[in-house]
Amino acid sequence: MSYTLDQKQLDKIEDILKSELIDNGVRCVFLIDMAGNIVTNLDNGEKQHDIYSLAALAAGNFGAVSAMAKIIGENEFSLLFHKGKKENIHFNKISSEFLLITIFGNDISLGFLRMKVSESVEQLKGLLEALSREQA
Amino acid sequence: MAFVNLKNKLIQVKIVYYGPGRGGKTTNLEYINRTFANRIHSEMVTVKTHGDRTLFFDFLPFDIGLVNGYQIKIQLYTVPGQVKYDATRRLVLRGVDGVVFVADGMTVRRENNIESLHNLQENLASYKKNLRTLPWVLQYNKMDLKQQGIPIMTLQTLEQDLNQEFHRPFFPASALEGINVAATLKKIISLTVASIRKEFR
Repeated sequence: MSYTLDQKQLDKIEDILKSELIDNGVRCVFLIDMAGNIVTNLDNGEKQHDIYSLAALAAGNFGAVSAMAKIIGENEFSLLFHKGKKENIHFNKISSEFLLITIFGNDISLGFLRMKVSESVEQLKGLLEALSREQA
Repeated sequence: MAFVNLKNKLIQVKIVYYGPGRGGKTTNLEYINRTFANRIHSEMVTVKTHGDRTLFFDFLPFDIGLVNGYQIKIQLYTVPGQVKYDATRRLVLRGVDGVVFVADGMTVRRENNIESLHNLQENLASYKKNLRTLPWVLQYNKMDLKQQGIPIMTLQTLEQDLNQEFHRPFFPASALEGINVAATLKKIISLTVASIRKEFR
């Protein structure tokens, strides 16, 4: 059960991520699926991360946190965020199959980031919804 | 759930090493990591407990080069084998494209193998997948221990216990010594890639 995205679809997704997030100061953004595959990733050119390992761990981490939420009777946790000294990481579910991960510094407030992520997610949902339906 | 990126001509494929605890799943990945360093461009990720047992998973991305003009990136994962970690095992199986079942060849582990294979079937069912349609192979590990006088099951017993119903390719192996580790990997990659090609045809 595989899925495909073509150049046009990926260009649209990258345009959204660039204009909403990278152009607003986010260092790095990944769109991944829940299996840990990277759909697309963009950065501001400052730092290179081991993106495949990050995606595998992020998908695993998200799955584990969702399972914890269910055990304590929550459907899901709405804020998933790890704060470091210089770098922070934020997770946002787009649909049952896709996850948006952003890495950002202390020059952006969490509130502003969440607002920008949420605007991006709304735009991405439409593009990815058809895919999620196909896989259901 | 392989992802085909038509823009970058890249296909990402997920292969999971499954099997009972202490059976040699992590040892397989460690051997691959050492032997195929030129195809691996990052560190092996491992989430372990203090006792060196796999807690969540090991992860190793592996490039096999171009197939029909597409770059294929194989994402190798192991699951934690211990019975109590079933929830994390199920998480790792999400979106799996191919499985290597690493059975422990030691006679004392016979029941553990059977139990783990049943567990794999149950967990695949939660993603609406099954061993009849999924590409998978078996590896009968620890065959080298026979030389040290440790009781090892015959291939016939292992086949009867685990593969009688499925008739899948199997490899007697020693993950520690690297015997048939590469052959197992090659086989699962070729079966999985063929299955993805068939899906898109």
